[in-house]
Amino acid sequence: MTTTDVNQELKTQEYLINMGPQHPAAHGVLRLILTIDGEIIRKVDPDLGYIHRSIEKMCERDTYKQIVHLTDRLDYLSSHINNEAVCLAVENALEIEVPERVKYIRTIMAELTRLASHQLWWGVMGMDIGALTAFMYAFRDREMINDIMEETVGARLTMNYSVPGGVMFDIHPDFQRKVKEFIKHFRKALPEYNTLLSENIIFKKRLKGIGYISKEDAVAYGVSGPSARGSGVSCDVRKIHPYSAYDKVEFNEVLIEGGDSYDRYMVRMKEMEESMNIIDQLIDNIPEGDYQVKTSALIKLPKGEFYQKVETARGELGVFIVSDGKKSPYRLKFRSPGFSNLSILDKISRGHKIADLVAIMSSLDFVIPDIDR
Amino acid sequence: MKEVINYFSEIINGGISLLKGMGITGKHFVRSPKEIITQQYPDNRDTLTFEERFRAQLFMEHNEENQNRCDACQTCETVCPNGSIEVIWHREVDPETGKKRKVLDKYVYHLGMCTFCNLCVMACPTEAIKMNKEFETAVYDRSELTKVLNKPGSKYSQDYVDKTLGE
Amino acid sequence: MYDFSKMTGAIHEWLSSLMPSLLVTTIEWILIGVVFLALFAILGLVLVIVERKIAGFFQFRLGPNRVGPFGMFQTVADTVKLLLKELVSTNKVDKFLYNVAPFFVIIAPLMIMAVIPYGLGLTAYDINVGLFFVMAVSSIGVVGILLAGWASNNKYSLIGAMRSGAIIISYELSMGLSALLAIVLLVGSLNLNDIVMSQQAGWWIFRGHIPAIIAFVIYIITGTAETNRVPFDLTEAESELGAGYHAEYSGIKFAFFFLSEFVNMFIVAALAVTLFLGGWLPIHIPGWEGFNNIMDYIPSPIWFFLKTSVVIFLLMWFRWTFPRLRIDQILTLEWKYLLPISLVNLVLMAFVVMMGWVF
Repeated sequence: MTTTDVNQELKTQEYLINMGPQHPAAHGVLRLILTIDGEIIRKVDPDLGYIHRSIEKMCERDTYKQIVHLTDRLDYLSSHINNEAVCLAVENALEIEVPERVKYIRTIMAELTRLASHQLWWGVMGMDIGALTAFMYAFRDREMINDIMEETVGARLTMNYSVPGGVMFDIHPDFQRKVKEFIKHFRKALPEYNTLLSENIIFKKRLKGIGYISKEDAVAYGVSGPSARGSGVSCDVRKIHPYSAYDKVEFNEVLIEGGDSYDRYMVRMKEMEESMNIIDQLIDNIPEGDYQVKTSALIKLPKGEFYQKVETARGELGVFIVSDGKKSPYRLKFRSPGFSNLSILDKISRGHKIADLVAIMSSLDFVIPDIDR
Repeated sequence: MKEVINYFSEIINGGISLLKGMGITGKHFVRSPKEIITQQYPDNRDTLTFEERFRAQLFMEHNEENQNRCDACQTCETVCPNGSIEVIWHREVDPETGKKRKVLDKYVYHLGMCTFCNLCVMACPTEAIKMNKEFETAVYDRSELTKVLNKPGSKYSQDYVDKTLGE
Repeated sequence: MYDFSKMTGAIHEWLSSLMPSLLVTTIEWILIGVVFLALFAILGLVLVIVERKIAGFFQFRLGPNRVGPFGMFQTVADTVKLLLKELVSTNKVDKFLYNVAPFFVIIAPLMIMAVIPYGLGLTAYDINVGLFFVMAVSSIGVVGILLAGWASNNKYSLIGAMRSGAIIISYELSMGLSALLAIVLLVGSLNLNDIVMSQQAGWWIFRGHIPAIIAFVIYIITGTAETNRVPFDLTEAESELGAGYHAEYSGIKFAFFFLSEFVNMFIVAALAVTLFLGGWLPIHIPGWEGFNNIMDYIPSPIWFFLKTSVVIFLLMWFRWTFPRLRIDQILTLEWKYLLPISLVNLVLMAFVVMMGWVF
């Protein structure tokens, strides 16, 4: 053996692994084609479309009142907020003014939905990192919100509660009492969540320094929602372009200058507290009034283009309607938050290991039906 | 020197955080008989409760004289987003008023296609159809998912509508 | 305390009076083999159902409760199901290694079970290098895992098996140095029965104060790593890449891997009890003679299994609370934290013994 043989670099070969559509950690049906060198990731290639149901095409066939039930199934964890988005777009186009009672009810339901979504995210994150008990704790608390929804709305997951012009029925007489009981219970449970996972040294070591998104990258790739607020980008639609009753409540926009997965995690935990504060301010002051404004049986929007954006639990959802005066839209497009958040996955996971990829995907909080529509 | 202090403080703080986490699960373990929330279905079918607005399946309400409130106006069929309702009707001369009106033959409901959006219930002017609580809809044969909602031999009754509208 | 060597001596006498000594030895071997296989099977069954029930209580739910009262026969039903399953394997597996791998992981725990003292006079293989034997034989288990990963002809199994091999080889160092040698310094003998008998004045975890407590903590951590449990279980509960090194096994071969994990956990707990918590000795509080006399009446195997179940509960508590570590963090923990601390602990313990500062 000559000395040049000994001094040559050890050559390794990269190989392709398919993290397939059926996977315990992929949050839905997402196919990722990973190029790995040993344990280190060199490239991530997402392959979408396994749950595409052509919702936007179906919206071109349905009337405006029938579109609302399809938006339930976009990002099914914040279904109430999706319904609100389409109803607000139609109401702004027709220039209808909804009563105050409707605004308060819609805001309270939206914040409850955001709480439920963040609870499920916390449970799934614990399960992906390995703490299996966190999943059960999160679902126990989420069941209480589901029970409240079942009493007022009638459904537990696909709510379909808002209609253009108001809400479908009035709130149940027991609604206020049950929401107050739930908030009291959850204020005691949230510190338990923090002690179980957030302050755990193993959890911190798994998440700190992983998946760093810089401020410029977050703006360039269009990341929105808690993922962007974890890098210091101020983008909360509820603060910047308030809608419904958000201009009547005081709450803080949670911003953390940091950019790694642990900061995104803490942003969502603090957002849960802010949601509880918002509900506290609104629940006792719901004004009396009508719960629905009379609209014509067949709504026709004037010709033109209309856009409305709302803040779902994942980021900024935009609804863009192009109307040519008929009873169905000519084209309806959803700007989904998950699609833009997914585009940054390749850049931030290079150089990390496979176990880190699972942690990054959890912290970005995808729901795949939102991406594929 | 700083690294040495860091080394030991990391171990001690880490150990304390782990013990606190164990305290939470330990507390729930000790309190577990009172906190168990498992419902032992199907043994508890008799005591299951649902909220009154729960949407499980569509049904048509009949009273004791086998009368219903559906006058075949087809509003629900128009409003349904994906065609889960089919109303089969024919025209007849009403013996009381002498005018022509629609009479319901069969009210076909495709349970397999329904999205439970509740628009048909909201749209019905006579409150003929409502959502019930029968959630056990699993069947072995797909043809059982196409249901006929009006019972055989039942007729529309204006009296029934007048007495119960708005309840 | 009742001395079980009287009972075993009586059986030996009775058999020797009936037949020549060679046959007596053979029959005793067969008898002991049957007893240990039965113990292995019963331990596996009981531990699985206990783990599932305890997991349910941690998580606001009932565990299995349909098959038998409190779900007692659930594992029996599972084992019958696994026995009746078809043994599927892919085309290109390395036939000999694939079939031989499960036997390695079964034989290692069985051999170790032979040297553990279960009670006064109840040790199958009472040799004077007992502890050394345990350390040596526990390294055979890792060969089974590596063979399973390699012979499966599957990328993910190979990754899982390699990770497991790295972890087990590293953690054996700390286990041996800190935990076991520290206690051997106190006792002066490697014989497991001597170690238990030397704790009659008090358990080592109390008498050995600081070095013994550090040794106990390090032993529990390395014990969980050796058996591939959370927080060190990224070889099998990989929610990242499938089921790990036993992905290609089905039926009874999978049952071997599965049961051996639980029996390994029992062995780790049994060793902890023997070395630190007094083995089969009853709880004696110095000064309360009446209490001590009552405690003496309870037979020694019951004390042993009681103490072991406390340590097993501790290991299960870890599993359902903590997240899991990444592979490089596991190796960092071992080489940068546990190994230096256990070396320092060993020196400390030697110093303490030399100065006679033991209670």
